[in-house]
Amino acid sequence: MKEKIISIIAEYQGKDASEITSDQTFADMGLDSLDIAELVIQIEDALNVSIEVSPELNTIDKLVEYIESK
Amino acid sequence: MLKGKNAIITGATRGIGRAIAMKFAENGANIAAIGTKPGEASEKLCSEIKALGVGCIFIPCDISDKTQADKAVETALSAFGKADILVNNAGINDDKLLMNMTEEAFCRVIDVNLKGTYHMIRACIRSMVKQKSGRIINISSVVGLMGNAGQANYAASKAGIIGLTKTVAKEYATRNITCNAVAPGFISTEMTDAMSDSAKEAALSGIPMKKIGSPEDVANAVLFLSSDMASYITGETVRVDGGMYI
Repeated sequence: MKEKIISIIAEYQGKDASEITSDQTFADMGLDSLDIAELVIQIEDALNVSIEVSPELNTIDKLVEYIESK
Repeated sequence: MLKGKNAIITGATRGIGRAIAMKFAENGANIAAIGTKPGEASEKLCSEIKALGVGCIFIPCDISDKTQADKAVETALSAFGKADILVNNAGINDDKLLMNMTEEAFCRVIDVNLKGTYHMIRACIRSMVKQKSGRIINISSVVGLMGNAGQANYAASKAGIIGLTKTVAKEYATRNITCNAVAPGFISTEMTDAMSDSAKEAALSGIPMKKIGSPEDVANAVLFLSSDMASYITGETVRVDGGMYI
């Protein structure tokens, strides 16, 4: 799951997946709230899950933890 | 101008909404017409639209109810695949001087006109963000700009729509989604047709063009804002009022 999320974010940002680290905050990746909303839509579709966006879900690790807990 | 586009229009069976639906259909758009209940008006509308060679479905919905609004958009998206244009036209009025206006009357008008517009945008925005394009046109009113005695609820709802329009425009501008408002003035509808001659004359005296607008005048502005010609216009309120609010 984490790899899939990383690949979605990497593609969105036009980066290589190796440049994305899962404990980096989305803000530090240069993603604003609208970027995150758009990425969440893509991630929801790709993983067939529903994600309630909140400020606490600010890294890939936390997002993965949230999805796994559902 | 809208060939192959799909449009969701609220309050589409009567007055201004109907004129917008017909204008869009004449310009090649498929129409998801939303109204409170199916009946003769919705059947006639859909049959006239289909006769123009485009698709039309009628979706009954009380837009003040979030669940119904979500379901209506879901139905439109299932039917047409995507929504290119959303026109928030549905609205009600319940006029009384503020001192006689009950909380219920105030809230009901806000719930349909303003909250309903929010519900519809909220329901559509996700798919528009995903497709990286969209046109949202909210029908406000000159009353939302100038106020009007006896219409505290209606004026507040229509002013609120302008603020909502500007905010949505700012939030989604980078996603190629524009959001604009159209503010009609005194337009010939069932409501204005029922007015007395003296009331009409009083209203006309405040209009520099000295004539009542037609639903088609409003539909033309909405068509323009929905088209590629308006691709660099967002957050704007276009008055269609014969100069009433100059």
